[in-house]
Amino acid sequence: MKKTRAFDPAESRPTVGGRIFTGLIYFLLYLPIFVLIAFSFNASKSRSVWTGFTFKWYGELFRDSGIMSSFYLTLILSLAAAAVATVLGTFAAVGFYGMKRRWRAAFLEVNNIPLMNADIVTGVSLCLMFVAGRAILGYELGFGTLLIAHLTFDIPYVILSVMPKLYQLDRNLVDAAQDLGCTWLQAFFKVVLPEISPGIVNGAIIAFTMSVDDFVISYFTAGSKIMTLSMRIYSMTRKRVPPTINAVSTILFVSVLLLLVIINVRETRQEAAKKRRQLN
Amino acid sequence: MKLIKFRSALAAALVFALVFALTACGGTGSGSAASGSGAASASSGAASSAQKGGEVNVYNWGEYIDEGLNDQFEKATGIKVNYTTFDSNESMYSLLKSGGSSYDVIIPSDYMISRLIQEGMLEKLDFANIPNFSLIDDKYKKLEYDPTNEYSVPYTSGTVGLIYNTKVVTGTVDSWSLLFDEKYSGQILMFDNPRDAFGIALKYQGHSLNTTDEGELNSACELLRSQHPYLQGYVMDQIFNKLESGEAAIGPYYAGDYLTMLDTNPDLAFCRPKEGTNWFVDAMCVPKGAKNKANAEAYINFMCSTDACLANMKEIGYTSANKEACEKYAADLDAAAYDIMFPTEEELKNCEIFTNLPAETLALYDKLWIEVKA
Repeated sequence: MKKTRAFDPAESRPTVGGRIFTGLIYFLLYLPIFVLIAFSFNASKSRSVWTGFTFKWYGELFRDSGIMSSFYLTLILSLAAAAVATVLGTFAAVGFYGMKRRWRAAFLEVNNIPLMNADIVTGVSLCLMFVAGRAILGYELGFGTLLIAHLTFDIPYVILSVMPKLYQLDRNLVDAAQDLGCTWLQAFFKVVLPEISPGIVNGAIIAFTMSVDDFVISYFTAGSKIMTLSMRIYSMTRKRVPPTINAVSTILFVSVLLLLVIINVRETRQEAAKKRRQLN
Repeated sequence: MKLIKFRSALAAALVFALVFALTACGGTGSGSAASGSGAASASSGAASSAQKGGEVNVYNWGEYIDEGLNDQFEKATGIKVNYTTFDSNESMYSLLKSGGSSYDVIIPSDYMISRLIQEGMLEKLDFANIPNFSLIDDKYKKLEYDPTNEYSVPYTSGTVGLIYNTKVVTGTVDSWSLLFDEKYSGQILMFDNPRDAFGIALKYQGHSLNTTDEGELNSACELLRSQHPYLQGYVMDQIFNKLESGEAAIGPYYAGDYLTMLDTNPDLAFCRPKEGTNWFVDAMCVPKGAKNKANAEAYINFMCSTDACLANMKEIGYTSANKEACEKYAADLDAAAYDIMFPTEEELKNCEIFTNLPAETLALYDKLWIEVKA
């Protein structure tokens, strides 16, 4: 039998058609964002007629107390939710990792429920719980309930991104560290944590993005005093959405882009350094 | 398009949530709600006796205020304003019903106010705390939705009219017939909600837009169905882009929004059809069990002041209910814009406010609307 060479994507050269196709896909994927960014500089309020270049919507954005307070709220909430979820999620993942296989599978299945569940069901059920609890405990729906709600869907993402890193971890490493005199806690911080840190960072970023992104669950749990940015934008449809929203979205997009670039550059540098160390 | 789809999905979800909340709580729910409002009134008494400024939770339409006014109110009174916004009367209603809210001031539209009054969800206002109510134009007082005017203070009002592109439409325009004219097939836009769409059809056929008569509604449905092939689409906010860019030439929308569109496309013109149209009033109310009722009344009073109304009118472009503010605003307005913002008594006689329809009529609306859009 004649031996055929297996298809290897890494070896195959991209054709011209392939390149155009790839370019087209990226273009279409990012087109809406480019349109949004372009119209944040449009002189008139129109979102279809280009009437000139201006920075005035950025100026107005910083003067709009409603949008700005929502912007800060969203930022603080997402950072807090991501931070807490990262810590809790990481420990939960380590706990799952130490469980017997059967229990671990069961818990991971439960962990998936908040991810698979429709947002609306999560939102409504949290709302009902908070309203019922309010009658007994006498608190008000607000930042606290919003944070708890965000944690419920942030933590599973962190667990999901940390677990694979734990599976990759050589179990013998922890034993070796303990053999060499580490306490369990020292072994965790000196051996396990550095190994799984890419998963933790990833989990934190996903949790942050999910929190910024969420509308439905926030809508049901924010109470009557505060509004996240997505809630604010959504409610602006009585009059049409003003270009200040394009401005704030542009700022958000550029910041996330910068964040990703920084993280990527750091990772490549770290990997390069690691390789050099291994070579020496 | 996407937004509208999302909105209807959300509306459905809210209805679902509401049903959930009602069934889940059931009998105990109403019990706990009652005890909750009892506790609320006790704490409101404590708050007003403490007089340390406190706060007020305001729930208004999105983009429906000069936001500087909230800061001014905070400075003047020391009361903190927690300002949140909604996108439709219906979503506001569901949130209010779900019991998760604690608003002190809400600003719904006419027909929703009458529904809230009917369901006992509003607090009677203490007009001794709202002296600026005297500045409100008498024609906005004691309207159908609040006949004794005990529950609401008007905020803004406006009329629906016909907006058209003078480069495309020739001849004089004074009738809704333009919307049903085959000549402009493919250039016409229509409201994407049953109440407004049927309102226009009913008015055009010479009926009340609050009719409960099945025959009248059926004939309006026929008219709308015959219009469907000529339409470019059913729209709400997208009408701004379509008319400004010239993509479409004819569509019904609010007078205040026409002036905004005119800034971008000077070829647009506005007309209040001779058959009459819908005019709306959005008014400030206090929901039952509000914790900061005195603060809410202070806020309402502030928003009725001439300066606040003038600032709002400049920002939103809808007609204020404050007579003096309208006169000051009109002073800087050219005659054409004046006629658009301020319909004459004669024109207003022809216009109707939406009232809350009985459940069976609303069900018929839903059924007919599906037929129209099919």
